[in-house]
Amino acid sequence: MLSTIGVNSLEDLFAHLPEDVRFRGTLDIPPGKSEYEIVDYFRARAAETAAGYASFLGAGVYSHYRPVMCDVVVSRGEFLTSYTPYQAEISQGTLTTIFEFQTMACQLTGMDVANASMYDGSSAVPEAAMMAIRVTGRRRVLVSRTVHPEYREVLRTYAQHQGMPIEEFGYENETGTIDTADLESKLDNRTAAVIIQSPNFFGVVENVSEAARIAHAGGALLVDVFTEAVALGVIEPPRDADIVAGELQSFAISPSYGGPFAGIIAAKEKFIRQIPGRLVGETKDANGDRAFCLTLSTREQHIRREKATSNICTNQALIALMATVFMTVYGKEGMRELAIQNLSKAHYLGDRLPRRFSGAYFNEFVVRANGRTPGQVNSGLLEHKIVGGLPLGRFYPELDGCMLLCCTEMSRRSDMDVVAEALRA
Amino acid sequence: MIKKTRQHISQNESLLFEISSPGKMGYQLPELDVPMMDPAEALGGNTRAEIEDFPEVSEVELIRHFTRLSTWNYAIDLGLYPLGSCTMKYNPRINEVVARTEGLAWAHPYQPESLSQGAMEIMAELERCLAVITGMDAVTLQPAAGAHGEMTGTLLIRALLTSRGNPRKKILVPDSAHGTNPATAAMTGYEVENIKSNEQGMLDVEALARAMNEDVAALMVTNPNTVGVFEQYIHKIAAIMHDKGALVYMDGANMNALVGIARPGDFGIDVMHLNLHKTFSTPHGGGGPGAGAVAIKKELEPFLPGPRLRRENNQWHWDYDRPRSIGRVRSFYGNFGVLVRALAYIMAHGGEGLKNATMDAVLNANYIRKLIEPYYKIAYQAPSMHECVFSDDYQSKKGVRTGDIAKRLIDYGFHPYTVSFPLIVHGALMIEPTETEPKQELDLFADAMISIAREIEENPAIVLNAPHLTRTPRVDEVTAARKPILRWKKPAESQVRAKPGDLRPDVPAREPALPASVR
Repeated sequence: MLSTIGVNSLEDLFAHLPEDVRFRGTLDIPPGKSEYEIVDYFRARAAETAAGYASFLGAGVYSHYRPVMCDVVVSRGEFLTSYTPYQAEISQGTLTTIFEFQTMACQLTGMDVANASMYDGSSAVPEAAMMAIRVTGRRRVLVSRTVHPEYREVLRTYAQHQGMPIEEFGYENETGTIDTADLESKLDNRTAAVIIQSPNFFGVVENVSEAARIAHAGGALLVDVFTEAVALGVIEPPRDADIVAGELQSFAISPSYGGPFAGIIAAKEKFIRQIPGRLVGETKDANGDRAFCLTLSTREQHIRREKATSNICTNQALIALMATVFMTVYGKEGMRELAIQNLSKAHYLGDRLPRRFSGAYFNEFVVRANGRTPGQVNSGLLEHKIVGGLPLGRFYPELDGCMLLCCTEMSRRSDMDVVAEALRA
Repeated sequence: MIKKTRQHISQNESLLFEISSPGKMGYQLPELDVPMMDPAEALGGNTRAEIEDFPEVSEVELIRHFTRLSTWNYAIDLGLYPLGSCTMKYNPRINEVVARTEGLAWAHPYQPESLSQGAMEIMAELERCLAVITGMDAVTLQPAAGAHGEMTGTLLIRALLTSRGNPRKKILVPDSAHGTNPATAAMTGYEVENIKSNEQGMLDVEALARAMNEDVAALMVTNPNTVGVFEQYIHKIAAIMHDKGALVYMDGANMNALVGIARPGDFGIDVMHLNLHKTFSTPHGGGGPGAGAVAIKKELEPFLPGPRLRRENNQWHWDYDRPRSIGRVRSFYGNFGVLVRALAYIMAHGGEGLKNATMDAVLNANYIRKLIEPYYKIAYQAPSMHECVFSDDYQSKKGVRTGDIAKRLIDYGFHPYTVSFPLIVHGALMIEPTETEPKQELDLFADAMISIAREIEENPAIVLNAPHLTRTPRVDEVTAARKPILRWKKPAESQVRAKPGDLRPDVPAREPALPASVR
């Protein structure tokens, strides 16, 4: 190969680089390791985590059972090792699964169109807000304090230099749902979007239709966020929202210390050209048969550059495929049964504890630690190999003595009894 | 010479919603060990009866569905995938195994730090390795992809300049840049000014100096640039920026040309991102997930997204006390599962192995360049690094464009190169083979390209109508955009089912046009 190229050594291939840019040292990285040593290293690191513990943490990341089929499908090299499906003729596999994903995302959320995925739920929120700004021509965004605190932080990061003032509105102290009076008082004719989450960060289910009515009365769009997709198997989908921004981690995606997950944006049909990210559309091939391809790409950065709807390029296609397989495994009946199991487990525990909020909840709820700190309760639980709930003081100073607990279909009754005991004492 | 392609049977498959029938299922949940809750009662009537039209299929239907669809895809596992700028190298399977290790895959981001030490150690070690590789001072692993890293980097630049008294107004972007660069600059509140490339495909240093003034916050440079050429004057370019108090951002999409050979931190770069799904072999998965680590010089450190890893009393901690931070760019700590894979790749190679991989990547690109240069017009005479870019100037005289050549390449058993990018090359063919390709595969690719060049001379129609051998011929993308159908909907009337005896296989409408090497 060297002689074909006409050089004497590999080093000659770099002869044109100026000497002052060359790195002549040795990278301070240990010599290459064997497969066995690598497996061993990661097993050792994995042993330094909570492996083998039961967990009652939720708060945007949920421990749901992952059907075997999900890894079987995403491990196929044809899905795993392909690129973004620009060449439709040899990418119909990926394109078809994305079309199915988009369809299921619509069925799940009650929306008309959905994109092929966003990085995660948190980055889907500012993208949804920017979309609302393009649609309404207004720039102000109102976000509920019951939206995941880290999602709100991400929203502020994105918004800070785009002339998008972000303001928050509060929640009802009694129910844990949005404070509609506070929302109405803050809504004005500069407001592009009202952002709520349901079930919200406290696990409480919001009245999306009522929030939509208020937002629409002020000429704003309603963006509904979700972090626990399993809830959509049984709760009324947010049909009255204009844009839905969500996180699909619950659908067979490992908690994996916080990523990779898959976000989505779904919306009403009329906003189709303002959606960010990849979209797959149905068309025909030269034989007249049904085929799929990436479409409406004039919205995107590789065509429109600085005028694009978003800078997003890489998305979460493989993770979205995992979610697609999950939704298919459970199907119409299973999604409902799974949701009811989550609801039942959470109520088995939650209804016995001093809950902070009275609003209807799905599989998460806030409890008072009754005279002790959440940290003290959690330390006690760790002795039973149980990771307890999330102390809320870090995000909500007014809820300093409270913690957020989550139960899923994987929560064992015996562990829930231990948690109930720890919080009752 | 082996034959790369031949025809074979490919199975048809309907959409999930079409193979669905009521009552079918492919799951079994354990019996509920607590009393069942009535949803309407628990949720105050705010419930749905079912997810309308959701699929209902059995397990065997499910596995066949997705397996059949998978066979319609091309993939690295099937052969060369020479997409320029995308670095489609082999994705080692060991990485998939370690990322699924139970204690890592099931680690919850909010579990106590005392029970997360292994995960935090992995992140700390990866940060260290990436700092070593780039010659930078610190790394954040929070961004989810390259464009997300660009946004993070641009926000860091703005924060530093603001702390010096003026965030400034503009970001300079070469006309050869990836589309994400200008899109990102706009998202972070900067105006974009394009800088022309010179006749060697490099940034025009004079034009840059002329465009430079105290309104300019930064330059976003890709090095090697998108024509695969190293920016020889990078030191001078950096000096022009730094002299006027601006910063230099490097798009690290092409870092596969530099690892172990040159370090951006040594040639004047202040902030850059790395695409771990390119240079560090994590799988693209049909479009993601990625990870867009950002490496920076010390002065930008106070502004990094929080939380940051901190070592104290022999334990890792998350430090949330970051008063000058630009803020979070995503929830939690980043695409951890992707980070695990990237570290496994780095460990398998070691420092020397990483450098060898770079050299092989540059070797493979130059080998292809040499073999096909007599037949295709190289865009720039400057030496190639890890990719080579041609134009379709010779072929367009016969009415054949880069997109047509790409489609014909599919008949020869290859995924096409990157088509029509960078924009500064007329009808670009951007070829990046990566280091993991064997010589035999490169030879077959070069033969295919040469054969196509001949076909264009003799019978351009065969190329213009390609592909001929794929199960799906050319797809009508124009109609897809004009009348968007973005989801399946239940047909108004029930479809007529085929009767027994109607299910004969398709007969090819025309004699397939086989590539020369197959005939």
